[in-house]
Amino acid sequence: MASPPDLNSVAPKGFAAWLPHVLLVPVAVVTLYPVLYVVKLAFSGTAGASSSPSPFPERLDFSAFSQVVATTDSSGNWLFGYQLFNSLAVSAVTTVVGISLACTAAYAFARFDFAGRRAGLLGFLATQMFPGILTLIPLYVLIQKLNLLDSLWGLVLVYSTTTIPFCTWTLKGYFDTLPKEIEESAIVDGATRLQIFLRIILPLSAPAIAVTALFSFMSAWNEFVLAYTFLSKEVAYTMPVMIRGYVGEKDVQWSLFAASSLIVSLPVMALFYALEKHLVGGLTSGGVKG
Amino acid sequence: MAQVLLNEIEKSYGDVQVVRRLSLQVAAGEFLVLVGASGCGKSTTLRMVAGLESITSGELRIGERVVNDVPPRDRDIAMVFQSYALYPHMTVYDNMAFGLTLRKVPKAEIATRVRHAAAMLGLNALLDRKPAALSGGQRQRVAMGRAVVRQPAVFLFDEPLSNLDAKLRVQMRLEIAKLHKRLQATILYVTHDQVEAMTLADRIAVMHEGVLQQCASPHEIYATPVNTYVATFIGSPAMNLLPVAVTQNASGWQLTGSGLTLQLGPQEHNLPSTLTVGVRPQDWRRAQPDEAIHARLGVEVVEPLGAETNVFGALVDAIAVPIADKTAQQRQESATIWRSDPSDRVRDGDEIALHITRFHLFSADGQRLHVPAESGVPN
Ligand SMILES: Nc1ncnc2c1ncn2[C@@H]1O[C@H](COP(=O)(O)OP(=O)(O)OP(=O)(O)O)[C@@H](O)[C@H]1O
Ligand SMILES: [Mg+2]
Repeated sequence: MASPPDLNSVAPKGFAAWLPHVLLVPVAVVTLYPVLYVVKLAFSGTAGASSSPSPFPERLDFSAFSQVVATTDSSGNWLFGYQLFNSLAVSAVTTVVGISLACTAAYAFARFDFAGRRAGLLGFLATQMFPGILTLIPLYVLIQKLNLLDSLWGLVLVYSTTTIPFCTWTLKGYFDTLPKEIEESAIVDGATRLQIFLRIILPLSAPAIAVTALFSFMSAWNEFVLAYTFLSKEVAYTMPVMIRGYVGEKDVQWSLFAASSLIVSLPVMALFYALEKHLVGGLTSGGVKG
Repeated sequence: MAQVLLNEIEKSYGDVQVVRRLSLQVAAGEFLVLVGASGCGKSTTLRMVAGLESITSGELRIGERVVNDVPPRDRDIAMVFQSYALYPHMTVYDNMAFGLTLRKVPKAEIATRVRHAAAMLGLNALLDRKPAALSGGQRQRVAMGRAVVRQPAVFLFDEPLSNLDAKLRVQMRLEIAKLHKRLQATILYVTHDQVEAMTLADRIAVMHEGVLQQCASPHEIYATPVNTYVATFIGSPAMNLLPVAVTQNASGWQLTGSGLTLQLGPQEHNLPSTLTVGVRPQDWRRAQPDEAIHARLGVEVVEPLGAETNVFGALVDAIAVPIADKTAQQRQESATIWRSDPSDRVRDGDEIALHITRFHLFSADGQRLHVPAESGVPN
């Protein structure tokens, strides 16, 4: 593979050099301002923030955080603990279920020719074309019939089925790029299909699997509408539903809202950090002629 | 070590027939090279033997066993791919050990075999590296090592050297030859490089558009090609093919045309009225004073190569227009090649009287005519 030309070797000069900055700086400001403002609110403590438009915290007050973490319901259940567990459990199980099914489906779509292959792929694509909200009512009815309202399994079921089509397409796209000869060479070496899948394809696809897993996890972790619809007991809430609770109709607790939002962002940031090396660069280099 | 027997093997993709009625035997321990131009069905044939491609019809045996429906892993073969096809996420050691691990060979024996093969291929220092950290030649060696450790009954190679540069190719060619000598293995080797074919093969099988043309020893293929395709495919520069008209005269048969005049003695059978004469570039020389002149070459291009000089031109009778007026297209068509000796000191524009020392005869449709060559070269 030819290495891409070094883009820095011919640096643009004059106006051309400034143009990207002229465009990017305003975009960066617009993107970062709300985030910084939330940080400021969160650190302003339960007393609330001043109304100054500055996005930088005026003090470091952790009282909003401690109040969010310490929340209990009337019968003394540690709500934050329950809700954190709910969110983690739902997102993790969704990811595991979704990725396992998507990987196997994507491999079949990428490598085998079977009746309904095209229809299946297009069907998956079609489901992605409608806004998710469209399925809210039918899903509610289904979940109710299955007796899964207020159950984490209900959410897992709905979340994983909605992420599978996207994950399958992404992974199929990646599997398509893996050289066939590597698998053929494994076939001749004596590997069965399953062994090839587990010992060659999966390790080689680690970057793609990491990306799709992250996507699955995040969409489950951040999902609000379905969770809000299906869950009515506070102990069953996931974190986004909990956050929503702080901006009730009667009293709006912006600092609690901001603090809980930051807490919810932490795991996703940690995940990004952990998966960074997989997100950048591939693993297949060197297997076939380079 | 086992023989491979292809009996009337055919392969079609839908209506497209890619391999036709191919019968071929690779004897146990033999190094058979399958050559042919790109797209002639070499890889397809090899992949059918490997079991990576289904066989449309015919019978394939490895050893005594019919293996048409045996999956690749039970065929006891190892294959080296053109693109190496190493497992990128495994170290060199694991790449070589993979097949043995799958077969549940004891760990200690795997280690012995891998180290033995690594030593043989000069890979000892690289066992902990991943393929990405290897050069092309090293990757190729790992691919070969992966095949060697398996100790298969048959080795299959699909253009294993074509991704290497010229120098490395020569070196790896020698290593493959050594490997064969040491392992005494049955090898079916696909290439489109005739030098590889000539140097490595016990026997060469030449394929053209899915049809086997000739299968014989390198010497036989070179000395007695069965048709014009084989004649021009093997040998470099390629054999000159010169269409001639045949007339009978008092002393036998006279062949004239394309600027050539050849007198043959009496023949057992009548000759057809038109023939093609094949002359390898080194099979003519500057006619000595006492030698018959068979053709005159108008020299257009001289390519000195050091040990020899390739002279390109047109036979004079075949030149209707003066050389200088010819278009590039016409020159291409009339290109006749003579491999001269540097001491001949040939220059552009010379006209050289040539004497043929050896030639081949083909019928108008390209099949070899078995005319005793010695009786043929007159004076
Ligand atoms: N899946 C396929 N469907 C249809 N035709 C195919 C398919 N695979 C190969 N062919 C055709 O079969 C013919 C032989 O292919 P093959 O790969 O055996 O050629 P080859 O002799 O190995 O050529 P090369 O030297 O370029 O590798 C080609 O004309 C190719 O187009
Ligand atoms: Mg090929």
